[in-house]
Amino acid sequence: MLTYTIRRLLLSIPTLLFIAFVIFMLLELAPGDPMAQMPLTIPPEVKEKMRLALGLGEPWWVRFPLWLKQFFIVEPQYWIDNTFGTNFADGAQRIISFQSRSPVFDTISERMPQTLWVVGMSYVVGVLIALPIGIISAYRQYSVFDNVGTFVSMIGFSVPPFFSGVVLIVIFSVSLGWLPSIYDTTHQVMDWDSFVFQLRQMVMPVMVLALQTTAQVSRYMRASMLDNLGQDYVRTARAKGMTESVVVMKHVLRNSMIPVVTVIALGIPSIFGGAIITEQIFKVNGLGQLLIIALQGSDIPMVMTITFLLAVLIVMMNLIADILYGVLDPRIRYD
Amino acid sequence: MTDQSVDTAVEELTKPRNQWLDVWDQFKTHKGAVMGLGFLIFITLFCAFGPLVWDVDPGKLDIRNKDVRPIYMAIFDSDAKTSWARPMGTDHLGRDIMANTMQGGRISLAVGWTAMILAVLIGTLVGVFAGYFKRLDGLLMRFTDLVLSLPILPLLLVMMLLFRDPLRAAFGPEQGIFILIVTGIGITSWMQTARIVRGDVMAIKEREFVLAARSIGTPARRMITRHLLPNVMSPIMVSATLGLATAIITESALSFLGLGFPSDFPTWGKILFDSVDRMTAFPERVIWPGLAISLTVLSVNYIGDGLRDALDPRIRGQ
Repeated sequence: MLTYTIRRLLLSIPTLLFIAFVIFMLLELAPGDPMAQMPLTIPPEVKEKMRLALGLGEPWWVRFPLWLKQFFIVEPQYWIDNTFGTNFADGAQRIISFQSRSPVFDTISERMPQTLWVVGMSYVVGVLIALPIGIISAYRQYSVFDNVGTFVSMIGFSVPPFFSGVVLIVIFSVSLGWLPSIYDTTHQVMDWDSFVFQLRQMVMPVMVLALQTTAQVSRYMRASMLDNLGQDYVRTARAKGMTESVVVMKHVLRNSMIPVVTVIALGIPSIFGGAIITEQIFKVNGLGQLLIIALQGSDIPMVMTITFLLAVLIVMMNLIADILYGVLDPRIRYD
Repeated sequence: MTDQSVDTAVEELTKPRNQWLDVWDQFKTHKGAVMGLGFLIFITLFCAFGPLVWDVDPGKLDIRNKDVRPIYMAIFDSDAKTSWARPMGTDHLGRDIMANTMQGGRISLAVGWTAMILAVLIGTLVGVFAGYFKRLDGLLMRFTDLVLSLPILPLLLVMMLLFRDPLRAAFGPEQGIFILIVTGIGITSWMQTARIVRGDVMAIKEREFVLAARSIGTPARRMITRHLLPNVMSPIMVSATLGLATAIITESALSFLGLGFPSDFPTWGKILFDSVDRMTAFPERVIWPGLAISLTVLSVNYIGDGLRDALDPRIRGQ
C-alpha cells in the first residue's frame, strides 16, 4: 500500500505539471489582451512599458518556469515565513495579480473561508441527508419512499443550481421574506442573535449545493446497498438469528460504504465548480466570484493560480479515493 | 395436426422480430422514459415550428408594451397589465417572451445536440482506438485521465472569454459563439464515453465471433465498423443522452455567468440571467426559462434511464 501511494504521488507530479502547462498555454495562446481594458488614449510606447511591467515581455518558456518556481518554491517559503517567523523567502518575487497588484495568495486566503464555509457545510449536509435516503430506499425497494427518493434525486440531477437558487430566492426571500437573499460575508458571529443570522443567510446557498450532492450520493448509496443486500453473507447473518437492524446497519452498511466513500471523495472538486455559480447567485464573495472577476479583467496570474489550485484538488482527491478504496476493501490489492 | 404446427413454426421463423422492436417494447414499460420522450418531442416541436405559428420577431423592441404580465395573471389580479396579443408577457424592453422562449429553445437545443454529437464522436473514436489497438491504449488512456483531472468549468470560462472576439470576427457574432460553445463543451465532455467504449471494446474483442472474423482475414477497419461498433451501440446511446443533458446545463450555466451568447441573442440560460435582476417584480420571467431547462434535462435523464433498461438484454427478456 505504501509503495502504491508513493508511486501514485510521484505520478501525480508530471500530471500536475502537464495540467499547469495546458492552462498556461491556453492563457498564452488566447488572443485576449490584459491591456484591452486600458483607455485608448494611452500612447503605444507607454502601453508597451506597462506590458513589460506586468512581466509580459518575456517569451513563454521563460515565464512558465518562473510561474512554476513562484508557485512551488516561493509561495510555500512565504507561508513558512509567516507561520514560523523565519526568512526563507528573502524578498523573492511572489505571484502578483494584474488587477489588485497584491500577491495572489493573499487575496485567495481572504476569499477562502467564505467558500469553505458554504461549500464544506453544504457537502456535509448533503451527505448526511443522502446516506439515510439511500439506505431506506434500498431496504424498501420500489416502495413509495423509494419512488419519491428516486424522483427527488432525478430532480437534483436535472435542475441546475442557477435555477434552484433563484427559485429559492423567489420563494423564501421575495414572497415569504424569511431568509436574506444576499450572503453578508462581513458579518461576524458574536452572540446568539448574530449566530442565528449567520445560520439564516447560509441556509439557501447550502441547500442549493446540498441538493446536487444529495442526488448523486443517495443514488450511489442505494445501488451499493442493493448490491450487498442480495449477497450470501446477508442470508447467513439472518439465518444465524441476528436482528434486522444489526444485519442492515452493521454488515450491509459497512460493506456498502466502500464505493460510496470514494464517490464522496471524488465529488469534492465538482462541488467547488458548482460553487462558482452558487456564489454568483447569492453574491458570496468567495473563490468562485474571485475567478469570475479575474476572468473579466484578464487577470492572468489570478486565473492561472485559482484554476491550477482546483486541478491540484482534483488530482489529490482522485489519489485519496483510490487509496481509501484499497484501505477499506482488503480484497483490493494494488501491489 | 402435425402439418399445422409445422406451418406455424415456419411462419414464426419467417417473421423474425427486429431487435429494435424489442427495445422499443421494453422502453414503453418505463413510464418516466415515455413521458420524458413525449416532453422532449413536444418542446422540440414547440421551438422548431412555434415561430411559424407565432409570427413575432423575438428581438423587436416595443417600449410602449413593456413589462406586460402573462395572461394568467389576470385571474389573480384584475389590475395586472396583460394582453391577449402577448400571452406570456413582455420583458423590460417590450420583447415578446413567448417568441424569445421559442428562439432561445432553438439555440439551447441546437447547442446541446451538436455538442453531444461532437463529444460522443470524439469519445467513441478514442475509446475504440484505445480498446482495439493495444499500442495506443496506454497513451490514449493516460491522456483521457489527464483531461479528466482538468477543472472543466473554469477552463470553459477561460476559453469563452479569450476566444470570443477572434471567432466573432471570423464567423460573425452568432456563428462564432455557437462554434466556440459547441467545441468547448464537446472537447471537455467526451472522457466518460471513451472510458465506457474502451472497456466494452476490450471485452468484445475477446469473443469468438471476433476471432472468427479475424481468421477469415477481416481488416481492422472493417472489424471495427462491422463487428465492434454495432455491439457497443447501447452504451454509446446511453452516454449520449447523459451528454445531451450535461451539454444543455453547461450552455445555460455559461450564459448565466454572462459568458455565453451576446445579449441580443436569447437562449434559455440567457433569458434567465437577464431576468434575475427583476425577479422580485416579475418572478414568471425567471420561472419559465428555468422550467424549460429543468424539464428538458429531466426528460432527457429519464429517457437515458429507460434506454439503459431497454438496451440491457438481461432485463429485456423479463
